[in-house]
Amino acid sequence: MRSLSKKLYDWINDRVHLDDLVEFMGKKYVPINSHSVWYYFGGISLFLFIIQVITGILLLLYYKGSEDLAFESIHFIMAKVQFGWLIRSIHSWAANLFILAAFIHMFSVYFTKAYRKPREITWLTGMVMLLLGFGFGFSGYLLPWNELAFFATKVGTDIAGVVPVIGKPILVFLRGGEDVTGATLSRFFGLHVAVFPGIFTVLLATHLLLVQRQGMSEPLELANNPAHVRKTMPFFPNFLLRDLLFWLIVLNILAILAVFFPWELGKKADAFASAPAGIKPEWYFLFMFQTLKYIPAHVLFIDGEVLGVLLFGIGGLLWILVPFWDKKSSRGERNLIVNYFGIGVVIYMLLLTILGWLT
Amino acid sequence: MEKSTDVPVQPGKRDFLKWLIGSATAAWVVSVAYPIFSFLKPPKQGEVEVSSVKAGKLSEMAKDSGMIVKFGTKPVILIRKADGDLKAFSGTCTHLDCTVQYRKDFGSIWCACHNGKYDLNGSNISGPPPKPLDEYKVIIKEDEIFISKGT
Repeated sequence: MRSLSKKLYDWINDRVHLDDLVEFMGKKYVPINSHSVWYYFGGISLFLFIIQVITGILLLLYYKGSEDLAFESIHFIMAKVQFGWLIRSIHSWAANLFILAAFIHMFSVYFTKAYRKPREITWLTGMVMLLLGFGFGFSGYLLPWNELAFFATKVGTDIAGVVPVIGKPILVFLRGGEDVTGATLSRFFGLHVAVFPGIFTVLLATHLLLVQRQGMSEPLELANNPAHVRKTMPFFPNFLLRDLLFWLIVLNILAILAVFFPWELGKKADAFASAPAGIKPEWYFLFMFQTLKYIPAHVLFIDGEVLGVLLFGIGGLLWILVPFWDKKSSRGERNLIVNYFGIGVVIYMLLLTILGWLT
Repeated sequence: MEKSTDVPVQPGKRDFLKWLIGSATAAWVVSVAYPIFSFLKPPKQGEVEVSSVKAGKLSEMAKDSGMIVKFGTKPVILIRKADGDLKAFSGTCTHLDCTVQYRKDFGSIWCACHNGKYDLNGSNISGPPPKPLDEYKVIIKEDEIFISKGT
């Protein structure tokens, strides 16, 4: 067995010089410090993404993306297909855990200022992947074509429609017409299973390549320590094995959630039914949803929703562009404004999410 | 190949070629992008213009209740007030497109999505809705309820 794998390695090595790569990986070290635990959340997000790809492909074998058949096909998957309930439940739960892991990953990178020069591109690709994650969540939510999803999609696309000038064409493009119909379902299905995964894969490859190339960032206060006090561990195999251990833990959490809290299917969407009481979006949109409830219809001369979209747009843009306005961190100086801004954002999101959860 | 370097390049000729290649590339991009963008725009589908619909029997509709009626492709909310009076409004919330419902306990029209409220004249009274609901005309002919556009 050993000799066979050796032969295979030699055969490939002979042609593409694997030795260089192995040497590079052998020299890669991961810093050990009090913030090391945060390094694992990127890997956990990656693991959950892989689970999404696998379970997503499995669901594709039975799912039918049309207004008349979508709900029934998911019902079929859950009721008739062996382990169909499990695969669908895992796909739904892993989607939520992915957003959670990506959030933790993002905030840890933000507060340790790992986005600073020279890792701006890694931060940007990560942020676009998180936005794509929201896109995956929003488009995937509609696919079962149930009541909650139908109204969530109406509201979500209508919000896009309030953006001045470009809003209306975006709304029509997303909905495939003026209203949320089967045409919207077809478009969301295409985005969810083809467009988003395609773009995501390219970004992910860039993101991982950069991490391998530049290595893990160290928090500012530790990066300036002399070499002899800085501890490291080899990436291969020490860090990788720890990564795998975390993946195993996440897989167990996922299995428990998927089995003991199976994802509901709800009622089939009806364009001529009232929005059900207690309707709420997924938890990661809750803070924005709750804000929309508080903004009055008109603030001075601006419509309430326009103001909401504008504020979140500006806030989001500031957040994404942090490596470019936070020059101090790149120079290795402390920048408390970044911390205060970040803490403000975290408190705001937590508070509004809890309020949205309770009301 | 070496020979060509000896020939002095005429700047006018080079600029012209650059301009030609640039324009050709631009034309090519447009000719590819235009069909794609046009394809993304959903075609207008001929909708049957509905001016009036039958909503049901008056004797079957309880006082102090509401229901959603299909008016072409749009929902309309029909309300029978506690005093027996009938009212009909557009069922689409003016805030973010959800479908409203009649709430007996509030005695008003309510949208579940963002807690918007309208009174029984369709006026937005609380919550985020920016505009009142459009009113529809209700006509009763021998126990049949008809809803039509305009008040």
